[in-house]
Amino acid sequence: MFPEFLQYHVAGAVNRFIDDLIASYASVFDSISDGILSFLLGVNSVLTFIPWWAYIIAVFLLSWYSSKKLIGSVVLAALPFLIGMFGLWAMALESLSVIITAVLLALAIGLPLGVLMAELRPVAAILRPILDGMQTMPSFVYLIPAMMLFGLGKVPAVLATLIYALPPVIRLTALGLNQVPKAVEEAALAYGATRWQLLKEVRLPLAMPSILAGVNQTTMMALAMVVISSMIGARGLGQEVLLSINRIDVGRGFEAGMSVVFLAIVIDRLTQNMAKRWEPPKR
Amino acid sequence: MDAPQQQDVAAAAPVAETGAEAILIRDLWKVYTRKKGMSVSSSDIENDELVEELDKGEDAVVAMKNVSLEINWGETFIIMGLSGSGKSTLIRCLLRLVEPTSGDIIINGENVTAMNKRQLVNFRREKIAMVFQHYGLLPHRTVLQNVTFGLKLRGDEKESRKEKAMDSLDKVGLKGWEKYYPAALSGGMRQRVGIARALVMDAPILLMDEPFSGLDPLIRRELQDEMIHLQKVMNKTIFFVTHDLSEALRMGDRMAIMKKGEIVQVGSPDEVIANPADEYVARFVQDEREHMRRAEEVLAWDMAGKEGAAHVS
Ligand SMILES: Nc1ncnc2c1ncn2[C@@H]1O[C@H](COP(=O)(O)OP(=O)(O)OP(=O)(O)O)[C@@H](O)[C@H]1O
Ligand SMILES: [Mg+2]
Repeated sequence: MFPEFLQYHVAGAVNRFIDDLIASYASVFDSISDGILSFLLGVNSVLTFIPWWAYIIAVFLLSWYSSKKLIGSVVLAALPFLIGMFGLWAMALESLSVIITAVLLALAIGLPLGVLMAELRPVAAILRPILDGMQTMPSFVYLIPAMMLFGLGKVPAVLATLIYALPPVIRLTALGLNQVPKAVEEAALAYGATRWQLLKEVRLPLAMPSILAGVNQTTMMALAMVVISSMIGARGLGQEVLLSINRIDVGRGFEAGMSVVFLAIVIDRLTQNMAKRWEPPKR
Repeated sequence: MDAPQQQDVAAAAPVAETGAEAILIRDLWKVYTRKKGMSVSSSDIENDELVEELDKGEDAVVAMKNVSLEINWGETFIIMGLSGSGKSTLIRCLLRLVEPTSGDIIINGENVTAMNKRQLVNFRREKIAMVFQHYGLLPHRTVLQNVTFGLKLRGDEKESRKEKAMDSLDKVGLKGWEKYYPAALSGGMRQRVGIARALVMDAPILLMDEPFSGLDPLIRRELQDEMIHLQKVMNKTIFFVTHDLSEALRMGDRMAIMKKGEIVQVGSPDEVIANPADEYVARFVQDEREHMRRAEEVLAWDMAGKEGAAHVS
């Protein structure tokens, strides 16, 4: 065994540091917390206001509109119906509101960061190792800082989800911008494009498929994380999974697990189809 | 500086009456560096030994050495040379798409090498337009939007943009194609869009970097003819890069031969073929000389044959 006298705990120091941090920046944390919470509740009340059948129709129409595949669209629209059948409709909406909030925040932060990363070398030099590090970390490590600063509940769940889901959108935005053919950029410059015009008229539109792939990945990661963040008190489908694990209730776990999968498939299909519409036209 | 006045003259009539050259290139050098953090300054260029060393080393490429040229208003000036001789580097330097290491470029009386960012952007928008070998069209924009692109960048009115673009598309024979995307067009048609995009800018000077090299011989010929025809009407100053001698002969008023970054001969195409300055140029024009010699032979034989026939009868 590891000798007793060599043990040294930093837990106390960390707790004290965090307590001090929270005490001295209380107003900052409070306003972040309040902001996120009211946004989240707003999203949730909109989602619960929409009748269940409207979701089914919307999924069908969106899928049909973007893929023109009848059977695929019917199957896709049946998935939310199954979630409702399992009696998990409210839970699913709860998870969905955390996902939407986290993804919107991730895009608001990630898209500009991705652009900066592609435009400015120093930013790329700083961000790249951080992103690499973030992607090697196991997902529930993200729960710790979120919980330390915001305790238990919905807000830290949103934050953990947000941070976990952030890297792909940054990375793929930068990648897409860097992959724009040099010949096209050069032509734009030759005709007198300023740096901003080059970005707006040429690089961003041409990077769009890659950026949307990033949005899709970010959304999928948010969905994975929202299940895990039930450990720090997020309600929703994850909580249902966690409960059935604790109670060793296989059947209930199956229903909850399948609902998560269905939700994932629907979101993935819809965002991917949307991304396809942005590919450069071939006509 | 009374540059604005001069600009107006040039805009009104591409052939300026000022007497000055359209493009004046003085002692232009370009050294590409491959190593990170390595840079070569204009004062380094004056050190001959250093340049030689750089030329031999792996970390740098001396792509252009001491290039000086004068291009007159209204002429089509051809740059020829083998692959890697620095032609694209030279033509890109004129717009500062590639930053020259040292030397001066004076276009339309304005010192391009001394311009700041703002001036450079305006210069590119007003004074000069470029056609690229690989077209450089925007895949997400229609033909029409591609042609209006330069006008949009400089902030022209939407209505006049469209009018000018349709006019320009008409000139290159692409009427009716304005709603298509570049992906739907053949190589020849894409380059027509590239040319329309350049013409619409109404700039007095046109830069063309191997515009027809990627096209099959028939289409190439067709576009050359059209360009010659357009040039008769427009009377622009054209700086044209090619590695195809027959193209140079067809299009060019004067030509310069480039070899490993240096200009080895300048003159009219006929002069160059008749009196190649060195081995390199001679090899370049060899086929053409051969061709001409054979043509003469055939002609002589033909005449002789006719004379012979006349004798018999
Ligand atoms: N961005 C760059 N970085 C480093 N070296 C370069 C760069 N661009 C060109 N070079 C080098 O400079 C030299 C001249 O290249 P350039 O493209 O000007 O030749 P070119 O005459 O246009 O050839 P081509 O007929 O193949 O187009 C070549 O040796 C090339 O490898
Ligand atoms: Mg070239």
